Amino acid sequence: MSSVLFDVPGPKARTRNVFLNVFTVLVVVGIIAFILYRFNESGQFTAKKWEIFTFPRVQQMFLTVIGATLKAFAASAVGSLVLGILLAFGRLADSKWVRVPCYWFTELFRAIPVLVLMMIVYYGLPSAGVKGITPFIAVVVGLILYNGSVLAEVFRAGIESLPKGQREAGLAVGLSKGQVQRIILLPQAVRSMLPVIISQLVVILKDTALGFLITYNEVLYYADFLGSQGQYGSPVVPALMVTAVIYVGLCLILSGIAKLVESKMSSRVKVVKTRVGLAG
Amino acid sequence: MNVLIDNSELFVTGFKNTGILFVISAFFALILGTIVAGMRVSPAPAMRAAGTLYVNAVRNTPLTLILAFFALGYPKLGLPEISFMTAAIVGLSLYTATYVSEAIRSGINTVAVGQSEAARAIGLPFMQTLTLIVLPQAFRSVLPPLFSVFIALLKNTTVAAGFSVFEAGAIRAYLSERGEPLLPGLLWVALIFVLLVLGILTPLQRYLEKKWRVAR
Repeated sequence: MSSVLFDVPGPKARTRNVFLNVFTVLVVVGIIAFILYRFNESGQFTAKKWEIFTFPRVQQMFLTVIGATLKAFAASAVGSLVLGILLAFGRLADSKWVRVPCYWFTELFRAIPVLVLMMIVYYGLPSAGVKGITPFIAVVVGLILYNGSVLAEVFRAGIESLPKGQREAGLAVGLSKGQVQRIILLPQAVRSMLPVIISQLVVILKDTALGFLITYNEVLYYADFLGSQGQYGSPVVPALMVTAVIYVGLCLILSGIAKLVESKMSSRVKVVKTRVGLAG
Repeated sequence: MNVLIDNSELFVTGFKNTGILFVISAFFALILGTIVAGMRVSPAPAMRAAGTLYVNAVRNTPLTLILAFFALGYPKLGLPEISFMTAAIVGLSLYTATYVSEAIRSGINTVAVGQSEAARAIGLPFMQTLTLIVLPQAFRSVLPPLFSVFIALLKNTTVAAGFSVFEAGAIRAYLSERGEPLLPGLLWVALIFVLLVLGILTPLQRYLEKKWRVAR
């Protein structure tokens, strides 16, 4: 296989690759061994520190907090998709009075850190007299405002990458502008942008962990609570390990579902590669 | 306005520490990310696998959890003590490096194979192919996503506030200790971030993109 950097390997290169392989395996094994050794030395694998995870009450609580994480994720995902679609249509509107505010809305909320948005809702609004703000509302509102703005850009890029003929044909057969956007442009844009939309959903799932910092009782918050249980040897590291497994598992399941949907859809439509910034 | 002026030293120290976190983490993330990107395009399968494993594992872990590990878990391991600031820098660098490596890798992949084949055909050795032909072209297409990564890093520094680092995200806690009105204080924090992102980083990104644009 020839890539942009390397030609098909000859005998010399093949020997070198074998050496590189062995070297890499040694380094990786070395790093893992060091971590395990350190964990073992500091007593992270002792039965006392793991005992707490065998209690049925604790396991039930884990299910409850995973439910809380998923609840925040589901509400934020649906909200962000709806807000994203609305803002994308707003940015493509004919009227300047709709277009410009939508542009500034997306630009502003993409520039503010999600955590600061959550703090404004959770600490700022009650201090200004707004009542009934729970951590759940703060997490969801923060995530929707930020990810809705990001998704708006994604949808807009998707709609703009469609061939002009689609819109013209829709108008030509007598559909109204709104109908063209709803039943011609949006479905195609969603399909072609699906990989980007999915990775943004993974971002939402990960960012629900920010709820920990504003006292939303989700997985990490509960792990932190378990870690402080002195009579079970303060199992901070074991609790964080369990949390990591849960989060990585949830994200992989989400990515897995996404790949399934994607492969079903991509047989029908060409996926447009775009460069919408998605880090976070 | 009063909140900002009365507590200006809080805002100055907070954003100064945000800046320190950002610059140092960006530096290490760039170095580590380039190494990982190199591993992911390497001819040795084990290197590619190790790079992929690292990127996939870290990308599917919330930043909050990574920072929690370095701030709360690391001190329990009996290793040399590090400050909360260092812990945050380590966590942010490890996390951002995966995004940097993905940006660089996709940039290298956009360079057409014919480019380096032509370079090899006229007899350039590997290092010259890389530095004269591939990287200059890859760099241009890496720039926009790389800027997005660094903008995200700047915003992500606020998460460190939850782990005993006094930066912009922690201004809220100090304000509420002093009994200052929280909403205006937080809105000022948000506004400063908007200015940093939309006023400095985004124009810089546009300028550099324009400067290095090539006709294709």
